[in-house]
Amino acid sequence: MVDDSWYVALSAVLFTLGVIGVVIRRNPLVIFMSIELMLNAANLALVAFGHRFGSPEGQTLVFFVMAVAAAEVAVGLAIIVTIFRLRRRLSVDDLSLMRW
Amino acid sequence: MTPIPAPPVLLSALTPVLVILAAGALVLLLDLVPPRDTKQHLGGLALGGFVASLLASVWFWDADLRAFRDMIALDNFALFFNLVIGYAGALVVLLSMDYVRRTGAETGEYYALVLFAGSGMMLLGSATDLIVVFLSLELMSLSLYVLAGLFKTRLDSGEASMKYFLLGAFASSFLLYGIALVYGATGSTNFDKVAAALAGKAPDGLVVVGLGLMLVGFGFKLSSVPFHMWAPDVYQGAPTTVTAFIATGSKAAAFAAVIRLLFSALRSMQPDWTVLLWGVAALTMTVGNVVAIAQSNLKRMLAYSSVAHVGYMLVGLVAGGASGAGAVLFYLLAYTFTTAGTFGVISLCGRTSGDESVDVRDYAGLARRHPLLAFVLSLFLLSLIGIPPLAGFVGKFYLFGAAVRGGYLWLVVIGVLNSAIAAYYYLRVIVYMYMREPEEAIPAGLVPSFAGGLALAISIVGIVLLGVMPAPFANLAVAAVAPLLK
Repeated sequence: MVDDSWYVALSAVLFTLGVIGVVIRRNPLVIFMSIELMLNAANLALVAFGHRFGSPEGQTLVFFVMAVAAAEVAVGLAIIVTIFRLRRRLSVDDLSLMRW
Repeated sequence: MTPIPAPPVLLSALTPVLVILAAGALVLLLDLVPPRDTKQHLGGLALGGFVASLLASVWFWDADLRAFRDMIALDNFALFFNLVIGYAGALVVLLSMDYVRRTGAETGEYYALVLFAGSGMMLLGSATDLIVVFLSLELMSLSLYVLAGLFKTRLDSGEASMKYFLLGAFASSFLLYGIALVYGATGSTNFDKVAAALAGKAPDGLVVVGLGLMLVGFGFKLSSVPFHMWAPDVYQGAPTTVTAFIATGSKAAAFAAVIRLLFSALRSMQPDWTVLLWGVAALTMTVGNVVAIAQSNLKRMLAYSSVAHVGYMLVGLVAGGASGAGAVLFYLLAYTFTTAGTFGVISLCGRTSGDESVDVRDYAGLARRHPLLAFVLSLFLLSLIGIPPLAGFVGKFYLFGAAVRGGYLWLVVIGVLNSAIAAYYYLRVIVYMYMREPEEAIPAGLVPSFAGGLALAISIVGIVLLGVMPAPFANLAVAAVAPLLK
């Protein structure tokens, strides 16, 4: 039996990895994957806390988050594809039309 | 066999939101049937949706409904924000009708997305559970990401959309992790239960980190420094009417969620978040105003100015209490009319039918060519500076007055100094309009639009009315925050 707090610690590690990924990677798709990692880290924490309290709220929220993440994928990929069609290259460093 | 008890469902608590959602669904359906060459009727339907929602909100005033196991509240606080967002949505739809047509982006989805975003914003004002806060925030944000990229063939619009999306999703995951930690610390996502769990004891590490992460998430949505860097790019690249909606509606909605969260669920941690917001408010005002001076693109300048205005409103949150929170609500109402009007004027200015004039030099000599338009834009800019007798002045007066009474004199000093800095870049536009000659042979002019003119007229009436007789509206705002403070 693994204690709940280990899952919370793991989720904190995953969340941090996600943040680092968003900050250092340049490809929008990889940044997006890192954001998904952050959302799933939060999901893991919610499930762990829900298990600790024995209440369904945490698990319920996870289902909603999954649905929202799916919607986010749909919108995000559409936006990324639109930009790729215009530009034929994919890096956030190219998104520098507007500065200051 | 025992029957499964059905949970009580009180749909009437959602009436203003459902009206808008129904209008959005209807727009999507009617988009499929003729006439196909024009979508003006869908714009009319969207306008009808917002007006009906406004009427519903007035009808329900003084109601105190709780529904869906206390996840939704329809109290005066929610209703006040319904009014602000309803006005913002209606003004944006009016401004859009001719704008999307002449920029070649007229689609049925546009109006549907504006309605869906509006419903998310209204739901955010009603949310009394962290689950609903997250869901309605995403409903609003996802619609706005798409709207920002409305011009599919223009790079700046795509760039704005992508930046908004990546940073918005980034912020949402911070918010979600904060929600998870607060849930872990208190055992509930319901605002009242969170407040009960936190009352009367020193906050532990988990909830402090959770509060911090949630404020980071909301900081992005509010575009407060240091999470403001998306705002100028998105405001500049997005279609002007969408920019107006992001600047007014989404900001009001994010403030609604922040105020309800801080003043009801996390009220026992007031000393902690007051210190945090003090610094954020001072930084936000100063950075917004100082960087705005350097801008020559009007939309970008207004983006930084809106960052600064978020700073002023955070002063009200720091001041706290009914007068501080009430002042924020009043300011949001005044700010909605002023900003929607300013972006409205920009959306009506262009050289040819397709393009828009966003550079300050385009406005040189506008007073000679279109005296009325120049006068209207001057009024909006003067209200943004805070010149009496316009709405912006009264809003700032209430905000800074509440902060002085709360004993935050230094913050008020920083705020007043910032207002003085702000006068420079707003007045520069007025100087260009009245005292400079146009540099180009074909200067920018007015693209006539009846609906757009109507929106500007409503905004002008709004800012003059709020400026000349603010008392009834201020009382309304104080009555609106009363349910949170009891």
